[in-house]
Amino acid sequence: MHLHILRRRDFIAGSLFIAFGVAAAGGALRYPLGTAMRMGPGYFPLLLGGLLALLGLAIALAALRVVPDGEGADDGRVEGVSFKPVLLVAVGVLLFALTVNALGLVLATVALVVVSGIAHHETRWREVAVLAAGLAAFAVGVFFYGLGLPFEVLPVAVLPAGLLA
Amino acid sequence: MDLLANLGLGFDAAFTVANLGYCFVGVTLGTLIGVLPGLGPVATIAMLLPITYGLQPLSALIMLAGIYYGAQYGGSTSAILVNLPGESSSVVTCLDGYAMARKGRAGAALGVAALGSFFAGTVATVAIAVLAAPLSALALKFGPAEYFSLMVLGLVAAIVLANGSLIKAIAMTVLGLLLGLVGTDVNSGAERFSFGIPELSDGFGFVVVSMGLFGIAEIIANLEKGERRDIFATTVGGVWPSRDDFRATWKPVLRGTFLGSLLGVLPGGGAILSSFAAYTLEKKLAKDPSRFGQGAIEGVAAPESANNAGAQTSFIPLLTLGIPPNAVMALMVGAMMIHGIVPGPQVMTERPELFWGLIASMWIGNGLLVLLNLPLIGLWVRLLKVPYRLLYPAILLFCCVGVYSVNSSALEVAFTVAFGLLGYLFIKLRCEPAPLLLGFVLGPLMEENLRRALLLARGDATVFFTRPLSLGLLLATAALVVILVLPNVRRTRDVAFQED
Repeated sequence: MHLHILRRRDFIAGSLFIAFGVAAAGGALRYPLGTAMRMGPGYFPLLLGGLLALLGLAIALAALRVVPDGEGADDGRVEGVSFKPVLLVAVGVLLFALTVNALGLVLATVALVVVSGIAHHETRWREVAVLAAGLAAFAVGVFFYGLGLPFEVLPVAVLPAGLLA
Repeated sequence: MDLLANLGLGFDAAFTVANLGYCFVGVTLGTLIGVLPGLGPVATIAMLLPITYGLQPLSALIMLAGIYYGAQYGGSTSAILVNLPGESSSVVTCLDGYAMARKGRAGAALGVAALGSFFAGTVATVAIAVLAAPLSALALKFGPAEYFSLMVLGLVAAIVLANGSLIKAIAMTVLGLLLGLVGTDVNSGAERFSFGIPELSDGFGFVVVSMGLFGIAEIIANLEKGERRDIFATTVGGVWPSRDDFRATWKPVLRGTFLGSLLGVLPGGGAILSSFAAYTLEKKLAKDPSRFGQGAIEGVAAPESANNAGAQTSFIPLLTLGIPPNAVMALMVGAMMIHGIVPGPQVMTERPELFWGLIASMWIGNGLLVLLNLPLIGLWVRLLKVPYRLLYPAILLFCCVGVYSVNSSALEVAFTVAFGLLGYLFIKLRCEPAPLLLGFVLGPLMEENLRRALLLARGDATVFFTRPLSLGLLLATAALVVILVLPNVRRTRDVAFQED
């Protein structure tokens, strides 16, 4: 007999909820709790954190079974994570965040589109280049001129911000 | 008559050139994202929220509402023509719609879907107008205890209707409630869970959370799945349904409209649930259920009417009680807050032109949608041929610009990535993100009302059971839970969500 993880997916999800719940409840203890009549800032989060941890525990335990040795298949495996889209999309958006203030909307857009644009399995480089240029022009035309959103268009070092405002 | 006077006021407010324009933009965008698989109304409305800062409040709401019900029209187009649900509420339309298209009756299917939707939209508009006043009057009697109980009911209902595991949906809701508490506590001024980051003193931005969970996470998931290419139905054919089609569909349309209007009002309801329920009902009522899945026109008419009716009546709880019944309505709360409008019963009395203008615009929008969808069908068909690899970088750009422009904060764009990754993890673990978003919106409201109710009751928690309205709401919640654990209902629910 051994403890078998029947549904890995649920076991991970449950553990994740336990972690969030414990962290929230622990954090809440650092704030004044107050009483039920006059609740302090810690009261409600402590309640919710505890509840979340309990729910997580229930989810994780429900995914476990005691089975005879050599039996029991996992019917809730997590499908493989494809790191390429995860990484490229995340990095592309982060690049946009890092560059938009200093380098301006045009370069940030190009960085975003080029990096995240190659995440698709049938990417064509020429298409990505054209798309980057097109979207950069669209962004400047629509977001900056059309909607008047507060962006720097070009790198700040080249043109002082005052000239563009 | 009051109702007519009110509707008159609404049409006056909605029939300005600017508002008609925004209505048109909204429904066109809605159709567009409805047609395109992989981009839903939640992500689109989240993206456009910041952009509506500069608009008049009424124009902003008209446009955003148009996106939601417009998406219901557009979703049927891709479902029928390429067997891809452009919108999750069109999943069932694929079954018979695509079958009709393969038999060369794509035009009839599209026509019935659009006309049924228009009829449903009209009925739903009237339903909102009629129900709004009594519900608002009831809501004005609500104290903090009632509001707290109402939110419990709303959250539980949302959980019941979420797909997948119940307990995971509950956990997601609680997590959402917790995330909603990040930032300055309004009662004590203490900063909670903000880790000394100034950007977090107001909590996570609503746009940040919704764009991460619904925008970026879905893009990553779509990229991983790879593109599915189905054969186009050859010819569209005439879109005006024949006499026989009319005869076969008027009853299903009526039933779908009624069912959709009803389910849309329920907390947690809306377009998706309505279409599933309507399809099941038609199949049950049909003399020959085996025709379903083989191109039965009722199988297109009923769910398409229902999802449009449900999309519209889900505005009722938002506008009268101030409680968003689903994720799209949660976004509408955000939109109203941006313009300094607190959703709730007072909107109708304090801003009647806004309230009735929005309702009137829905009817106008439905009219525009019929025009957009029937004569211009060729345009949408061409749009369907745009490959996803060209589309998603543009969507990502909209996400980035949308988040950035709220506070001109690059850090918030980075937070969005974090929520995107979290959302992707949740997709992998089969945890529905919609209850989390609802919890996130309701978190601060719920805490506020809980505190106030207990302060008024001097810390006596029985207050929730001794006030009759509050007790009624909690009993309704308990009834929902009981119904749900009945094995019969459980099985149906599991089956209904299996096709999703």
